[in-house]
Amino acid sequence: MQLHVEGRAVYAYTGARTLSPSQPTVAFVHGAANDHSVWALQSRYFAHHGFNVVALDLPGHGRSEGPALSSVEAIAQWIVRALDAAEVASATLVGHSLGALACLAATASAPARVGKLALLGPAVPMPVSDALLDAAKADDHVAYELINGWSHSAARKLGGNRVPGMWMTGAALRLMERTPPGVLYTDLSACNAYAGGLAAAASVRCPTLAILGQRDLMAPPKSASAMCEALGDCRAVTLAGAGHAMMAEQPDAVLDALRAFV
Amino acid sequence: MTKPKTHRFDTLSLHAGAVPDPATGARATPIYQTASFVFPDSDHAAALFNMERAGHVYSRISNPTVAVLEERIAALEGGVGAIATASGQAALHLAIVTLLGAGAHIVASRSLYGGSHNLLDYTLPRFGIRTTFVDARDADAWRAAIRPETRLLFGETLGNPGLDVLDVPRVAAIAHDHGLPLLVDSTFTTPYLMRPFEHGADLVFHSATKFLSGHGVVIGGVLVDAGTFRWDEGAAKGKFPTLTEPYKGFHDMVFSEESTTAAFLLRARREGIRDFGACMAPFTAFQILQGVETLPLRMERHVANARTIARFLSTHAFVESVGYPDLPSHPDHALAQRLMPRGCGAVFSFSIKGTRAQGRKLIESLDLFSHLANVGDAKSLVIHPASTTHFRMSADDLLRSGITEGTIRLSIGLEDPEDLIEDLSRALYVAAKV
Repeated sequence: MQLHVEGRAVYAYTGARTLSPSQPTVAFVHGAANDHSVWALQSRYFAHHGFNVVALDLPGHGRSEGPALSSVEAIAQWIVRALDAAEVASATLVGHSLGALACLAATASAPARVGKLALLGPAVPMPVSDALLDAAKADDHVAYELINGWSHSAARKLGGNRVPGMWMTGAALRLMERTPPGVLYTDLSACNAYAGGLAAAASVRCPTLAILGQRDLMAPPKSASAMCEALGDCRAVTLAGAGHAMMAEQPDAVLDALRAFV
Repeated sequence: MTKPKTHRFDTLSLHAGAVPDPATGARATPIYQTASFVFPDSDHAAALFNMERAGHVYSRISNPTVAVLEERIAALEGGVGAIATASGQAALHLAIVTLLGAGAHIVASRSLYGGSHNLLDYTLPRFGIRTTFVDARDADAWRAAIRPETRLLFGETLGNPGLDVLDVPRVAAIAHDHGLPLLVDSTFTTPYLMRPFEHGADLVFHSATKFLSGHGVVIGGVLVDAGTFRWDEGAAKGKFPTLTEPYKGFHDMVFSEESTTAAFLLRARREGIRDFGACMAPFTAFQILQGVETLPLRMERHVANARTIARFLSTHAFVESVGYPDLPSHPDHALAQRLMPRGCGAVFSFSIKGTRAQGRKLIESLDLFSHLANVGDAKSLVIHPASTTHFRMSADDLLRSGITEGTIRLSIGLEDPEDLIEDLSRALYVAAKV
């Protein structure tokens, strides 16, 4: 569906369904240099099982007009405006990586708008190495290669995709390559600069689920420990063998964890 | 900074797409010889059908053994995914019917495999899809042939049978300027010699029967998507409704919204393979996988042998010409050096200084070379295109394809090259005496 947020065009995937006021809503928020399609299987499932789905393309990503937003706090405010535009009063927020930080911040700043919160591959804080930031700042392709390499577990770099015929790391790289120049640097800078994660977590009162990848090199499970402690009501699920790209690596496990929670 | 580990071509040839079988620990990819797959429960079944969960339902749509081959070829080509088909012809058909319908138009190189030429020139017009054939080397001709209803540009990395080298970067740029994708038949080169996506191609297909297999015991094809073409942006906007508009045949799915990078493959599998049904059998996929495991080793030897044989023929007194881009005498030699630095494959043609009858005598005098209609076997092969693969083409059309009635095509295998030279020497001697 097409939305307009703060005067700019925004795309949200709904599973080809019209939102119904009588159904609960699940809003999905992707990570750096990604778009709504990283949630393809999970979002489509919810859209066809009694939920409204709003899988957002963040500004400057996918089909949404830019520019990309430069801070986690700004993305958090934008998420709430996007829910306004979609006429969604309250939703379960599901975020991955940068999207997880933004959903955490959105829940802290607008608690009445969030019924439940699911954070996939979160790290609080989420520092980014200078070398990666420098490569992203230069729009050097090596930045995508670094992220792609770190985002997939060693086993999945050789394939074995659950989706027949798809080469996982190739598809992930190609998606990032579509990102307009400068956007990855903006995204990574937002992750690197966000210092409000623990305070935000401490203020969250809704039920929270953290889905962690045992082999996640981008956001190792231990980097979510303090956040989980600060959250009042947090259940952590660690996916054995999964890397940061857990929605692609273990789509069923991610879906099952979300189903049990939502 | 140390870059994360990524695997190289030879490693991917052996491993990509395959994991030890979780059920048995089998190291080799098992042959999942089953038509269908048991659903754990009704909800899971519905989710599989509706693309909410990943997995296999019915082997016409997907199969675990076939999926390993698809992933492996996608990895080797640098694409996002692939679909294995019943033959290379089925792969070409699948690419076309996924994008085009009645009223649409293709611009294709004139230098095509005879089977592809048949499909485009004789069969598809019956379904309302027409093709304009152009000289693959003539950039202006490619541009001039594009019409408002054109939806695809198509050529072979090494044209059949004249071995003209497709200038993929240039033709891709022409295609993209017009909002069109470039489809490339990469059968003769395989990803070991050339990866067309790195030069701008959008879709690649192979007759996997040939070098990918190497053993000549199966028929199969593979269609690969680079995932780079933007089906609903710029000059392409509105041209590809099969990917950008709701599809009644799958719950109004808009494939380009469902998958940003793999819309083409989604439609091809969810419609083309589902409805036309030209799928690959699991045993076929298994056999092709055995070939792909040794692809780098075999292609290196194929190219080395082909160079040796081409050099021998180019200096033989009874040989008029040798058409092999690896030779400086070939008009595309410089382009070939740029696009395929590892070599120009192992298929090439030569013409003798003799009559058509002498050509037949030569072929019949060969012992090691097998006279048959195939290429890319581990064994050396020979054929006379004018009387076999291109028999429907007139003499003028043959000339436009870069060959004559006396052209002989060789596919150089993995034998000792000295044995091949001895076989050719003797046959040339016999033919010259006719």
